[in-house]
Amino acid sequence: MLLFFICASCSDESVDKYVPTPSPLQIPQLFQNNLLAPVIPTDNPQTVEGIALGEKLFFDPILSVNNTQACVDCHAPGNAFTDTNQFSDGVDGFFGSRNAMPLFNLAWNYDEKFFWDGRVFSLEHQAFQPVTDPLEMHNTWTQVEQKLQQHSEYPNLFEQAFGTSTIDSVLVTKAIAQFERTLISSNSKFDKHLLGEATLTPEELNGFNIFMDETKGDCFHCHGSDKNPLWTDNIFHNNGLDATITDLGLGEVTGDPADNGKFKTPSLRNLAFTAPYMHDGRFTTLDEVINHYSEGLQNSLTIDPLMKKVAQGGVQLSSQDKADLKAFLLALSDYHFIDKN
Amino acid sequence: MQKIFPILFFSSIILISCATDNDDEISEAIVTFNFSHSWDATAVTNSNFNTIQYTNANGEELSITKLRYLISNITFQKSDGETFVLDGYNLVDVTNNTNLSFSPTTTIPKGTYSNVSFTFGFNNDDNYNNNYPDLNAASWSVPAMLGGGYHYMQLEGRFINNITTQTGYVFHAIRAVDNSGATPVFGDTFFEVDLGEVTITNNASFEINMNIAEWFKNPNTWDLNVLNNMLMPNFSAQLMMFQNGQDVFSLNAINQ
Ligand code: HEC
Ligand code: HEC
Repeated sequence: MLLFFICASCSDESVDKYVPTPSPLQIPQLFQNNLLAPVIPTDNPQTVEGIALGEKLFFDPILSVNNTQACVDCHAPGNAFTDTNQFSDGVDGFFGSRNAMPLFNLAWNYDEKFFWDGRVFSLEHQAFQPVTDPLEMHNTWTQVEQKLQQHSEYPNLFEQAFGTSTIDSVLVTKAIAQFERTLISSNSKFDKHLLGEATLTPEELNGFNIFMDETKGDCFHCHGSDKNPLWTDNIFHNNGLDATITDLGLGEVTGDPADNGKFKTPSLRNLAFTAPYMHDGRFTTLDEVINHYSEGLQNSLTIDPLMKKVAQGGVQLSSQDKADLKAFLLALSDYHFIDKN
Repeated sequence: MQKIFPILFFSSIILISCATDNDDEISEAIVTFNFSHSWDATAVTNSNFNTIQYTNANGEELSITKLRYLISNITFQKSDGETFVLDGYNLVDVTNNTNLSFSPTTTIPKGTYSNVSFTFGFNNDDNYNNNYPDLNAASWSVPAMLGGGYHYMQLEGRFINNITTQTGYVFHAIRAVDNSGATPVFGDTFFEVDLGEVTITNNASFEINMNIAEWFKNPNTWDLNVLNNMLMPNFSAQLMMFQNGQDVFSLNAINQ
């Protein structure tokens, strides 16, 4: 790595090429202690200039067909980079059939499968999708490249970030991915509790125990734990939403009927800002979500075996346990992450 | 007393010296452990998952939807008691077809060993005295309320219960714990799998098989209608898994 930069700077003196400044991710203490290193492609290292360019692009409607929509319109900082709609409307006013996803800790998605159904591999590739998606920005990459190339600032910013002022889609997605990797959420009340910097209420603590208790909530097998502070396994499951599955989810992608109705487990961080919930945004409140797991499970051939007591509708929590579980879930919300961005 | 050699250090010196003095004769062998799976005599891979097609000793028809388990502490023992413990552990993930082959980074000297063994799960020292980022990231840890540490196995699937509906089963093996009282009571459930005597003449691969049917068979005929979920905090269920686990592994062959 070092060698690479030394070489790069040597050759610079002759051609006077701009060298971007490395900006390694700031890895939070709890992630450092408990998890593997984040995924950063060797051909797209984090740099100050790349991240700044990615941020500008993320917020700029120039990527959309009629300059009306930016990534940020569906991925708003105040909502942990999702929106408050069940389905988001694209530039043409059409609605998709999936709830927008919050964006944080994406570099720790080790399998690098993105979207609810995992259909895209890697963050760089993901960023290709919304720009041309007819239900989203509905643009063409040729048009985006032209508009950016003719812009008064972008050619210079690409020069600084990637050493070339010739703009192409690959560099656009690289910059956006660099920015997305900096969206790190690790500062919830529960994180502080684990670091000994905050004290949970008895309700929150009991809620955590329900979450971890195989005879009660039993949420930890899929949604992480104090040892997996991502609060997701990033794996695909059917959590019993429907008896008849219409959106096949992962099954659509793999073609395997055994995957029908499976969706990526969402992180439980930042639920205070990310309603509505589930891949189709069917639940508007956490109470509805908890009631689903407690009494509302629907049996189907692909329901996860971890969804137990399906015949009784679910794990049958008392109203006190439900309230405490909710209090705990809310303690995973990271107000610093919202304020910071 | 176990004597653990700094094998890695020596072997790297040997590697270097091999390269320089052109000596064909290697004195250290790389060992590989390959894991295959079966339902009695029928081979099982992840391509057989998700279909109800196996019948357990108690007569329930079932499918497998997930299988992963941990092995550790691969040990080569000489007849004079000298012991080589190879570094590392391996999370065999049949669901994703990964880690079915494990080559420890350490090598062992050629020669005759009176026994080769590995541990199913982690012994208590390995289970509690280390934090393993790869296992945490794989959501493999055990809740602190059950004493912490790590899972030994996750076997999941569906079975047809006695009222003929499909029901999930979640067969997770951990260190047995009864946490109903003021202080938890533990029972060890990791076990050593002995592969017997071996003479290592060259790089060697050990072909190990897990007969999944054995988990439900002997000495405890497992009734999934009764024991299909919430088994982690179930002390006696964990002990039964431990007992049934004693003969799930067998050595098919050693190739060298
Ligand atoms: C019209 C609203 C909309 C716009 C505009 C939009 N997105 Fe999204 N985004 C979504 C929806 C909806 C999903 C989930 C879609 C699915 O899973 O099928 C999503 C998913 C994602 C994901 C996957 C996250 C994960 O954890 O798997 C990423 C990353 C993402 N968007 C980034 C972007 C970027 C970058 C842009 C701009 C180039 C953008 N989005 C523009 C609505 C939008
Ligand atoms: C078998 C794995 C599994 C278990 C166990 C599980 N979940 Fe989920 N959870 C999921 C999946 C998968 C989704 C997304 C499903 C979808 O949208 O189709 C989800 C969605 C959620 C959501 C919505 C989050 C969002 O951003 O939309 C919440 C909240 C949630 N689960 C909480 C819990 C709680 C609390 C428990 C324990 C009572 C629990 N889960 C147990 C897999 C699981």
